[in-house]
Amino acid sequence: MATKVFIPTPLRQYAGNQKAVNVSGETVGELLNNLTTEFSALRKHLYNEEGQLRSFVNIYVNDEDFRYLQGPATNIQENDEISIIPSIAGGKEA
Amino acid sequence: MALKMIETALDQEEILAGESNSLLSRIGNTPLIRLHSITAELPKKVAIYAKAEWFNPGGSVKDRAALNMILAGERSGQLTPGKTIIDATSGNTGIAYAMIGAARGYNVQLALPKNASPERKKILENYGAELILTDPMSGTDGAQAYVKSLLAENPANRDRYFYPDQYNNPANWEAHFNGTGREILAQTNGRVTHFVAGLGTTGTFTGTARRLKTFDENIKTISFQPDSPYHGLEGMKHLETAVVPGIYDPALVDENLEITTESAFEMTRRLAREEGLFVGVSAGAAMVAAIKVAQTLEEGIVVTIFCDSGYRYLSDRFWDEK
Repeated sequence: MATKVFIPTPLRQYAGNQKAVNVSGETVGELLNNLTTEFSALRKHLYNEEGQLRSFVNIYVNDEDFRYLQGPATNIQENDEISIIPSIAGGKEA
Repeated sequence: MALKMIETALDQEEILAGESNSLLSRIGNTPLIRLHSITAELPKKVAIYAKAEWFNPGGSVKDRAALNMILAGERSGQLTPGKTIIDATSGNTGIAYAMIGAARGYNVQLALPKNASPERKKILENYGAELILTDPMSGTDGAQAYVKSLLAENPANRDRYFYPDQYNNPANWEAHFNGTGREILAQTNGRVTHFVAGLGTTGTFTGTARRLKTFDENIKTISFQPDSPYHGLEGMKHLETAVVPGIYDPALVDENLEITTESAFEMTRRLAREEGLFVGVSAGAAMVAAIKVAQTLEEGIVVTIFCDSGYRYLSDRFWDEK
């Protein structure tokens, strides 16, 4: 199953200048891993050296912050859309 | 050029003359605070000082540029009673415009990304600003583009709005040439050897560095920016990948440092616990950069800018990490 992932403006240069890409994965973690395998230049912007998502990275499943779901373990349903949102201070609500 | 700058400063004092008890006369002249415990490992003859910019009435360094751009607009006749001040900013500049607009009787409209925090929106609304919420995916650059297109699509809007355009307005850096830089020289008795500041609009760095180098060209002026275009350092820009501000002057940069968001988060928490300084994330980043510079010295006075207070970021998650 391929899921649409929206790429924020600052990161598009590392994702073939695309606004959105289709990536496969059953969970958010798997999907992000596949995304950064396909576009390896994205990896260091999203993950730290220990291979964990950087703490300020904001991932939304539809309109919900994945931290308020099950984080990387969040299952992806058909027609879900994933967005990587630029961090702005205090930026908690979409 | 130097002469013109001094005239500008006098104008500003003149415009606010007779308002010595006013709110806006309290902008600038912030304390310079010496760091103690975090700097304990540094050589005895090396000191780090920070300008405590949250002492400005709007709570941040941005009061300085916002006030000077508004006064410059009044002086040039571009800003007249009845006009609305419009700009794109999710952050401190917006709060500064909203405060000054309320104090001087102007309407203020601000474009900001939809995912700005609820408390940020509430501060702006309580000052009476009107908010235009833009696409979160494009961040503040998207909000900027919105304002530009609004002004471009209808020439009549130019008569209705005053657009300070902080990225390209010389009154931005002049606020720091006449204020911040002059204050640092006075507060260190001219003994400052290194100045460290982050790059966002680049106004703080450009204006302060220009003043310090005018005084003594041997003073080293060091900028810093995030290590990635995708980062959590409020107000900072990754210049390699961002729209470079028109007021930026690369000739003033003796060295540029890249700071990770994680190191800034960690330092921001330490500043609260170890120094009693509850400051924002960009202040944490400034401290990381200042220490990097200080560690290379045997003797010197390093001055940096702590842009705002931690109260602005209470809902951020990083306070609870580790």
